[in-house]
Amino acid sequence: MLSLCQALFFALGGYAMGMYLAHHGGPEGIIDKDGWKLPACLFVVYPYDVGEAPGDAMVPWFWKPFFSLPLTLLLGVALPGVVAAVIGYFGFRSRVRGVYFAILTQAITVAGWLVFCMNNMKLCGTNGLTRFNTIAGFELSSHSVKFGLYLITLICLIGVFCLCRFLVSTRLGRVLVAVRDDETNLRFFGYKPYMFKMFVFALAAALGGLGGMLYTPQMGIVTPEYMTAKWSILFVIWVAVGGRGTLSGAVLGAIGVNLVYNFLTTRWPEAWPFVQGLLFVGVVLLFPKGIAGLLDLIRFKRLAKRTAEA
Amino acid sequence: MNTTELIAEYREFSPRINRIGARDFLLFVEDLSAVFDGFKAVDIGAWGVKRNELRVVIGPNGAGKTTLCDLVSGKTRPTTGKVYFEGDDITNELEANIALRGIGRKFQTPRVYDSLTTFENMELALPGSRKVRRFFGRTAGAGENENILQILERVRLKDDRHTEAKHLSHGQRQWLAISMLILSSPKLLLVDEPAAGLTDLETELTAELLLELKDEHTILVIEHDMDFVRQLNSKVTVLNEGRILAEGEMDELTANEEVIEAYLGR
Ligand SMILES: Nc1ncnc2c1ncn2[C@@H]1O[C@H](COP(=O)(O)OP(=O)(O)OP(=O)(O)O)[C@@H](O)[C@H]1O
Ligand SMILES: [Mg+2]
Repeated sequence: MLSLCQALFFALGGYAMGMYLAHHGGPEGIIDKDGWKLPACLFVVYPYDVGEAPGDAMVPWFWKPFFSLPLTLLLGVALPGVVAAVIGYFGFRSRVRGVYFAILTQAITVAGWLVFCMNNMKLCGTNGLTRFNTIAGFELSSHSVKFGLYLITLICLIGVFCLCRFLVSTRLGRVLVAVRDDETNLRFFGYKPYMFKMFVFALAAALGGLGGMLYTPQMGIVTPEYMTAKWSILFVIWVAVGGRGTLSGAVLGAIGVNLVYNFLTTRWPEAWPFVQGLLFVGVVLLFPKGIAGLLDLIRFKRLAKRTAEA
Repeated sequence: MNTTELIAEYREFSPRINRIGARDFLLFVEDLSAVFDGFKAVDIGAWGVKRNELRVVIGPNGAGKTTLCDLVSGKTRPTTGKVYFEGDDITNELEANIALRGIGRKFQTPRVYDSLTTFENMELALPGSRKVRRFFGRTAGAGENENILQILERVRLKDDRHTEAKHLSHGQRQWLAISMLILSSPKLLLVDEPAAGLTDLETELTAELLLELKDEHTILVIEHDMDFVRQLNSKVTVLNEGRILAEGEMDELTANEEVIEAYLGR
C-alpha cells in the first residue's frame, strides 16, 4: 500500500501550528470588529500600520480554534487523522489497492494543494503562513527555545517509535501483517480488512500531522509547497532507503538521507536531485530491504562466520 | 429427488415468508447460477446440505466446484438465484459477515499468512478473536493455547509452531490451512481439495480429521482423489459443466453411465 497522501497530512499539521503561530505573531495590533487580531497574511495589501482593520476584514471562523495552543495541538493531530479515516473508509471499502491507491492519494494531495493555494480560502495562498514570533510566549528566535523544540522533537520521535513498536507487538500488529500477506483469506475468517487499514492509515496521518506541527515552528514558515508530490515522494524515499517494513528503517532512512542532503547542498547543491534519484533507484534495485535489511544481513553473516569458526 | 420436490421440502418448514425455514437444511441454494462472459460456470436448480452431513462434491476440472464455494462464501456474487444459510438469505452479504454467521472456508491452494509463524496463524483463526478489546493483548488465553497445540500436534506441526509459514512445505501449509479452519469452528466447513499435494499417509490423516469433525459440524468437501472420497464414505454430488449430474453413494455412482462418461471413466 503506497500512500502519497502523507505530505497532505504533514501539511495539515503544519498549517494547524502555522495558524497558531500566526495568531501570536505578525504585525501588532490590527484588530477586527469582534476584537480578534488579524493574522498578518490575511491582508490583501500589506499595510504595516497599527489600528483598525481595513474595511470589513474579519478573522475567519476556522482560524479561531487555533488561537489556543492545546486546541491547536489536538486539531493538528486529529484533523489529518479524521481526513485519512474518511479517505480510508471510502478507498478501502471499495477495495482500491496497489497502484490505484497511490494514484488516488496523489490526486487527493494535489486537490489539497489547489485548495490551500487559493487566496479566497483565507489561508494566505501560495505565500503560506510566516512572520511567526512566539510559541506559548517564548521567543522563537532565541537559541534556548530552538534547542527546546529540538528536544521536544526528539522526545516525540522516541515516543512515536515506542508506540509503533508496542502496536506491532500486539495481536493488532499480527492482524495487520496478515492483512498485508493475504487480505482475502482474512475476510473469510470474519475480519474486515478495511477497518484495519483505515486504522493504520489514520494513525499514520495523525503522526504525519504531529511531524508537521513540529516542523513549522522550526522552519518559521508553512506553505502549500509542503503538500506537493515532491514531499510525498521524499517520505517514500526515506522509507525505501531505510528499509521497508521495519520501524527502525524509516528512522534510519529519514536521518540518513537528510544527512547526505545537508552535506551535499552546502557543497554541491545542483547535484542533489541526481543523487536523490540515484539513491532511490539504487536502493530499490540493489538492496530492496534498505539500510535496515543491509544491517541485518551483515549481522547474519557475522553470526554465520562465528558459528562456522566455532 | 427433483428440483421442485427439493424446494418443496426446503420450504415446508417456513414459519414466515421472508425467512425460509429450514429444519434440516443448513445450506440451501435455489436457482443458482454464475455466468462469466456468457459462460455458465455454475447452474443449479436447487441443492442443499443437511445439518451434520458430510457431503463430497466431485467433478472434472472446470466443473464449477470452486465457483460453487465462491458463491456460498460470498467471494463471487451469483448472476441469478439465492443462497440460504440456516434459513436466512445470505446471497448479497459481505464475505466477513458470512464468515461470522458460521461459514468457514479453505481455499484450493492453501492460503496462510506467510510472515507469521504457524502459531500466530492459528491465533488469528481463534473464534472470538475479532473483538476489539482483544487486539491490544499480546497472546491467546491458556485454554486457547492448549486447543491450538492440540490441533497442531495432530497434524504434526507442533514442532514447527514457531516457524514462519513461508518456510513450511506444501503439505504443511495445506494442514495449517485445514487446522485454522477446524480451530475457527464454523457451522459449515467448505473444504476445497484438502488432499491435493499430500502423500497417501497424509491423505489418510486428513480424512480421519474430517470424519472426526462430522459429529458436530456440517462439512462440504471438494475432492479429486477417489481413494480419499472412498475413505470419507459419504453422500457424493457429481458436478459437471456447472450442473448437478448425479447424487448418491459412491457405489451407486460408479455404476451410473452418465457419471462414468463425464468423469470416472476418463
Ligand atoms: N472469476 C472468474 N472469471 C471467469 N471465469 C471463471 C471465474 N471463476 C471461474 N471461472 C471459470 O469457471 C469454470 C469453473 O471453474 P472452477 O474453478 O469452479 O472449477 P473447478 O471445478 O473448481 O475445477 P478444478 O477441479 O480445476 O479446481 C472454469 O472454466 C473457470 O475458468
Ligand atoms: Mg477448484
